[in-house]
Amino acid sequence: MERNNMRRQVALMRQSLFTQGYLDEQFVQLEELQDDTNPNFVEEIATLYYRDSCRSLQTIEQALEKTPHDFNKLDNHMHQFKGSSSSIGAKKVKAECQQFREYCRAGNGEGCMRTFQLLKKEHATLKKKLEAYFQMARQAGPIETASRPK
Amino acid sequence: MESGFSSSSMGFMENVEQPHVLAVDDSDIDRKLIEKLLKNFSCKVTTAENGARALEFLGLGDHPNHCNISKVNLVITDYCMPGMTGYELLKKIKESSVMKEVPVVIMSSENIPNRISKCLEEGAQMFMLKPIKQSDIKQLRCHLMNCRS
Repeated sequence: MERNNMRRQVALMRQSLFTQGYLDEQFVQLEELQDDTNPNFVEEIATLYYRDSCRSLQTIEQALEKTPHDFNKLDNHMHQFKGSSSSIGAKKVKAECQQFREYCRAGNGEGCMRTFQLLKKEHATLKKKLEAYFQMARQAGPIETASRPK
Repeated sequence: MESGFSSSSMGFMENVEQPHVLAVDDSDIDRKLIEKLLKNFSCKVTTAENGARALEFLGLGDHPNHCNISKVNLVITDYCMPGMTGYELLKKIKESSVMKEVPVVIMSSENIPNRISKCLEEGAQMFMLKPIKQSDIKQLRCHLMNCRS
């Protein structure tokens, strides 16, 4: 059946997001909060995240263009961004945030800039993957929260 | 989850079926998250995006009003916020004669022992590490309702 096939695809897509390290346990927490009163909770949070994070990334980018670097400010901006990324379970993005903060503390501007490029890449990759996942999930129709290994 | 909690004000939320919680956080995402988490545990939730708005809601702002006094059973606030930090908000609440009995819980993404003890000393009921999970809220309700599990 077409539907079953689609659902299997969705489950596989979801599983790979975890096994490939894009998402962590926090994403599962979000899924568990999704229910009849909030049937699109996860997607709403993801949308909110991408709306907010685009702004954050712009702010950080602008701050990085100002030299000498204000590492305190950069660290503060990144702290916020890391927080949101953590709340949504964006594992790889969070790791780059952490790296960036370490470079800030070391006063390493080069390191910050390099890491920032990696961070933007991870951020964009996750966005594409999540969009594809949500779209497919919608097409496959409502399904009980995907089971996960206990 | 790293947490500390004091034993005063325990049982404050006993006999309250649907506790009214004021959740304060400058992050849109975290506000939405904490709201859902609390609602799932039968709480009525009001959110505020900063300390000033929170104080206003509590009737402790620049234009004090007494409409919302004692309607709030719990304040849960992020520590790092621009303007007024969660710690400063906690202090203002504990300094007020009308609101000082309301339990205040602090959330933070950073596990800094000094920060935790500072908040507990100032009268915070509990300190919770972000990202907040369902089990954290369960524990919170349990402690505040003095239940045994």
